[in-house]
Order: sequence, then structure tokens, then C-alpha cells
Amino acid sequence: MTPSTLAGLVGAALVGLGLYGLIVNPQPLRKILAFNLIGSGVFLVFGIVARKGAAAGFPFDPVPQAMVITGIVVAFAASALAVALILRLHEETGQVLLDEENPASLPTQEGAGK
Amino acid sequence: MSVLQILDVGLALLVLAVAVWTIAAREIFGAVVGYVAYGLLLSLVWIRLFAPDVALTEAAIGSGVTGVLLVTSGARLKGAGKASAAAKPSLSLRLSAAALSLLAAAALAGVILALPDPGPTLAPEARQHLAATGLGNPVTAVLIAWRSFDTMLEKIVLALAVVGVWSVASDLYWGGAPAPLGRANPQGALLLLEQTLVPLGILVGVHIFWVGADAPGGAFQAGAILAAMWMIVMIARVSEPPPVNSRWLRLALVAGPAVFIVAGLAGLGMAGYFFAYPDGFAKPIILFIEAFMLLTIAATLPVLVAGPPRRSFRP
Repeated sequence: MTPSTLAGLVGAALVGLGLYGLIVNPQPLRKILAFNLIGSGVFLVFGIVARKGAAAGFPFDPVPQAMVITGIVVAFAASALAVALILRLHEETGQVLLDEENPASLPTQEGAGK
Repeated sequence: MSVLQILDVGLALLVLAVAVWTIAAREIFGAVVGYVAYGLLLSLVWIRLFAPDVALTEAAIGSGVTGVLLVTSGARLKGAGKASAAAKPSLSLRLSAAALSLLAAAALAGVILALPDPGPTLAPEARQHLAATGLGNPVTAVLIAWRSFDTMLEKIVLALAVVGVWSVASDLYWGGAPAPLGRANPQGALLLLEQTLVPLGILVGVHIFWVGADAPGGAFQAGAILAAMWMIVMIARVSEPPPVNSRWLRLALVAGPAVFIVAGLAGLGMAGYFFAYPDGFAKPIILFIEAFMLLTIAATLPVLVAGPPRRSFRP
């Protein structure tokens, strides 16, 4: 098995692990972590596609690699936005769980700063 | 099995083990520390995939800056984690989630094993046109020359994320500064780290930016390193996060996309289409755009980590 196939299989396993954590962990911060695991797994799949595109003296296809670099930055931006929303929810309600069975825990007055 | 193969398998197992830890750890802090280690190990995997540019980005942004974001927000949520331990999901939910995850991973693994080798590639085109850009690093050429539109839109995504993060501020604090990143009385070791690492880090960042034209590196990686240096300064409380209505901060946040759009429009005027770089001037224009991207990335990442304003505005 080549190192790139091995890395691709690691990527597949990471997607599975992240998906499990995303569903099972009730804490939103842990969900963000799990979502980032899925993201890095998908990036690794891009990595193996880039490696298999080796041609013309380059050991990789530069296009998928550049897309992964863009993707890592965008994933960070999305995580930062999600974290800001969680912190705000915590400030408003004292809650950190996404409890859909208990809508009373959600803020009723919109935009009312404490 | 050669030594390198054993190392590859060992690295793969280590990455998976640390990933399992970040999912299974009981405390959020332990999970985040695991995630930082995971990112660093993952950048070694990227090196093995002949992707040093991605490895640098993963280590700096995927592991480093995301780690700081999660550690600081975990600290701000402290105490709230206890209550959630009770809300453990039922066994049936966990089993069906495990089955679903296993299915997804197996399907993806099947696709990876079935990939054609050699696969479809744009590398020959990259080789053919690389000389016209004056660059030596094909990944930088893709980012700033051939797929410059993507990179510009990504800069706009960063600006939108800042708008999103700032807009969850309560009205009371609008225009003020975010909460400080570090504790009130930084200890000696942190100050020593700030004094010794930051000057070196700035040098390394500028170097990685400069060599990015021809070697692994570039504005993304260098910007993340400079951002990390600024965050160390703020964690050591040598400087504080700037208020969100500061003019220089806002200029720094939009400089990258603004210069990018101006360069694109100039291409429309001079060479006939959006983002065309005139012959012979490609490299100076690319470096000019990258310099402003560097500034914007170095300013945006710490602003996103610092979060929305939490202190009232004092004129």
C-alpha cells in the first residue's frame, strides 16, 4: 500500500470518527471539534487526489492542494463564527447544550443584552 | 517492510488514536489539547503526501489558531461543562450513530481504493504556464494567478466571518474592545516567551512570505504565523485586542480583498479581462497582492479568536 493510499484511508476513518462525534456529543464546542475532524478527513482525500495527479515533473497536482489551503482557512472562519454564536447563547441563557426538547431554555426577548 | 513504511503505518495509527481521544475525552480542555496534537501529526501526513504548503497551513491554522480559539472559548464556558455530563445520549443513539459513521467511512474508503492511478491532473498545464507567472511554486501560482477569483472570494469570506462574529455583540458594547485573551497577571514564563519568540516569529513569518513565490510558503502560512505572534502578545497582556471601531484595524481587515479587486479591475483595463496580469508584470503584481493578503490574514485571525466586543466603548 502506498503512503498516499494509507493517508486516504486515514482520511476516510477521520470522516467516520468526526461524524460519530458530531452526532453523539451534546456539547456544541465538541461538535465543532468533531466537524473539524470531518473537514480534515475530507482534506486528506483531496490530498490523495492531488498525489495521484502527479505529472510533468511535479510530485502532485497543485490545484487540489491550493483548494485545501483555501479550505483550511474557510473552515477556521466558520469555526470562529460558530464559537461566537455558542458564547452568545451561553451569555444569554447560561446554557451550553442544544436542547431542542426544552425550548424554554432559549432566549425569549431578542437582542436584549444583559 | 522498510523503515519508512513502518513509520507511515505508525503515523497513521497515531493520528487515528489522537482523533479518537479528541472525540472520547471527558473534559473539553483535554479534547482541545488532543486536537492541537492531532493537527501537528496531520501536518506530518501532509509532508508524506508531498504537500509542504498544506502542511504549513494545517500546522499554523488548522492546529494552532483553531486550538487557541477552542481553548479560549472553552475557558469562557468553564463550569457549564459539568451540567452537560448528565445529558449523555442513549445507547441506541450511540449504536446507530456508530453504524452510520462506519458506513460513511467504509464508502469513502471504497472510493479511495477505486481511484484511478494516475488520476486526472492539471499538473502539465501548471508546468507549461508556470514560467509566465514568474513564480517557482505552482501552489502559489494556482492561488494567486490561475484561481485568483477563489482566493479573493475566500478573503471576502474571512471579512464576512468578522462581520458575523462582531454582530453577535450585545448593543451595550458595540464599538468597544473584545475581552482580553489572557489572565490579569501574566506570569514570568509567558512574558519571557513573548519577548523571545515574537521577534523570531515575525522574522520567520516574513521569510515564509518572501520565499513563498518559489518554495513552500506564501501569504496564508506567513499570515497565520504573524497572527499567532500577535495573539501571544495579547495573551501575555502586553497589548490588548483593539476596539472594533478602530479605523486602522478595519482598514487592515479589508486591505487584502480591496487590493485584490483593484488588481482584478486593473487587469480588465490593461490586459482585457478580469484578473489578467500583463506580460512581464505578473510577479510584481502577485507579490503586491500577497503583501496585502498577508496583512489581512494576520489581522483577521486574531480578531476572529478575540470574538465580539465585550467592553463598552470609551471615546
